[in-house]
Amino acid sequence: MRLLFREALLSFRRAPVLSGLSITTIAFSLFTIGLFGIVAINLRRALQGLEERVEVVAFIMRGTPEETIAQASQDIAAFPEVQDVSYVTEEQALARARRELVEFRDAYRDLQVNPLPPSLELRLRSGFRDAQHVGAVAERLKGFGFIEDVRYGREWIQRLDHLRNLTGVLGLVIGLVFATVAMVIIGVTIRLTLLQRAREIHIMRLVGATNWFIRGPFLLEGALKGFLGGVLALALCYGGFVLFRQSTTTFNGVIFFQPWQAGTIIAFGMLMGLGGSLISVGRHLRRMGGKADRRAA
Amino acid sequence: MIRLSHVNKSYPNGAVALRDVSFHVSRGEFVFLTGHSGAGKSTLLKLLHAEQRPTSGEVRVSGHVVSALRGDAVARLRRRLGIIFQDFRLLEDRTAAENVAFALEVTGARQDTIAARSSRVLAQVGLASKGRAYPRELSGGEQQRVALARALVNDPAILLADEPTGNLDERATRGVFQLLRDINGGGTVVVMATHDLDLVRQTEFRTIEMRDGAVVYDSADEARAAGAQ
Repeated sequence: MRLLFREALLSFRRAPVLSGLSITTIAFSLFTIGLFGIVAINLRRALQGLEERVEVVAFIMRGTPEETIAQASQDIAAFPEVQDVSYVTEEQALARARRELVEFRDAYRDLQVNPLPPSLELRLRSGFRDAQHVGAVAERLKGFGFIEDVRYGREWIQRLDHLRNLTGVLGLVIGLVFATVAMVIIGVTIRLTLLQRAREIHIMRLVGATNWFIRGPFLLEGALKGFLGGVLALALCYGGFVLFRQSTTTFNGVIFFQPWQAGTIIAFGMLMGLGGSLISVGRHLRRMGGKADRRAA
Repeated sequence: MIRLSHVNKSYPNGAVALRDVSFHVSRGEFVFLTGHSGAGKSTLLKLLHAEQRPTSGEVRVSGHVVSALRGDAVARLRRRLGIIFQDFRLLEDRTAAENVAFALEVTGARQDTIAARSSRVLAQVGLASKGRAYPRELSGGEQQRVALARALVNDPAILLADEPTGNLDERATRGVFQLLRDINGGGTVVVMATHDLDLVRQTEFRTIEMRDGAVVYDSADEARAAGAQ
């Protein structure tokens, strides 16, 4: 184990520029992924706030008996999608309109007859706030005879759906592209180290080192570079985050990664380092074995 | 200890390195492999330590069919062999003692025994005082002794030497050769490829001569024939 670490660290000492380059590229890739991640988690949080306001309003025909409405409310509250149901009487609706729609306050005050119908306002459980579920609930509500109309801002909900899907897909694609680039770069730098140390590897094989023994230090080196790259990327992300927070007042309450998310970024860096070196070392060792057998004496 | 049966080796480009090579080396023997460059000596040694595989035929070393070994089994076989080359193949950025210790470390030897074992073999090859020297600070003969110490540190049953004196002056050659004889005296099989015929003639050791990939002369056959008459 000690030997493994010594050999892995030796390559940092021997090729500081190359090692620095690897770490920087990993850091840069993870930094980009990280920035996107911060945007994504903040967007998701903002969307969650919006989603909580997704409401379905069912307007009730005038003259519907209170008991019928109460009974229906109970039934509707039992829908799996529904979080809660509240009954808004005609008077409450008018009072709210007077309070909230300041521009029309005068118009509402002069009314002889209350034009606003009573309604049931539904809030949906999280997970059911997408266009499909909201539509289904609306259809079911229309089945009640005393319900005149159902409003739920179909377009708005659909747009929200699109936005959420788009951020998810975009994040995934960009993340994957950068991860691939970072892995290729790690692979190339490890390969350069391998070529630099081809003689040493050859000698290791001659004196009876197993392939895993030869791989060990390189894999550790890759993982270590990934770890350092990840830490550096997090530091850069945090720097960017602090700068952004200081420079703007528009986006209050932006949040940074949770510890587990930060840990995931570092783990991802290590995985990239490990993956890059595993591919590179495996190919190199196979090629060395094959070449020896093909080379004419 | 070593048995080759109808071994052929050719390369994808059509070059033929070995043609129907068969011989047997017994415990404790010292064998010279002679022949011109390109005769197949090095290829033969490579087959013995599984760096190459025969195209056909069987290569056995210490009871293992080398041609059938894969992966870690190859590594385990090499730990029982000592191998030295004309160009020494030392790690330039490590001292003599570290080069020797390296062979122990890669085989997973106990850490607390490595230093003692390394200095013991360095003393055996006459370099007890040069453990801290880097290869570039040593003469050719000394570098080959370090390589020899590295080959010996795992107590090999067989020592394979590919032109070990090819880069050495006469004095260094004598020194290294004497060491090889001493090692053989301790019971280790030594197979030495060389085209230094003066060296071969100095001794009564068995000589196998190769030409164009085939064995054209084996002094053991001659001895057997003489014994039969």
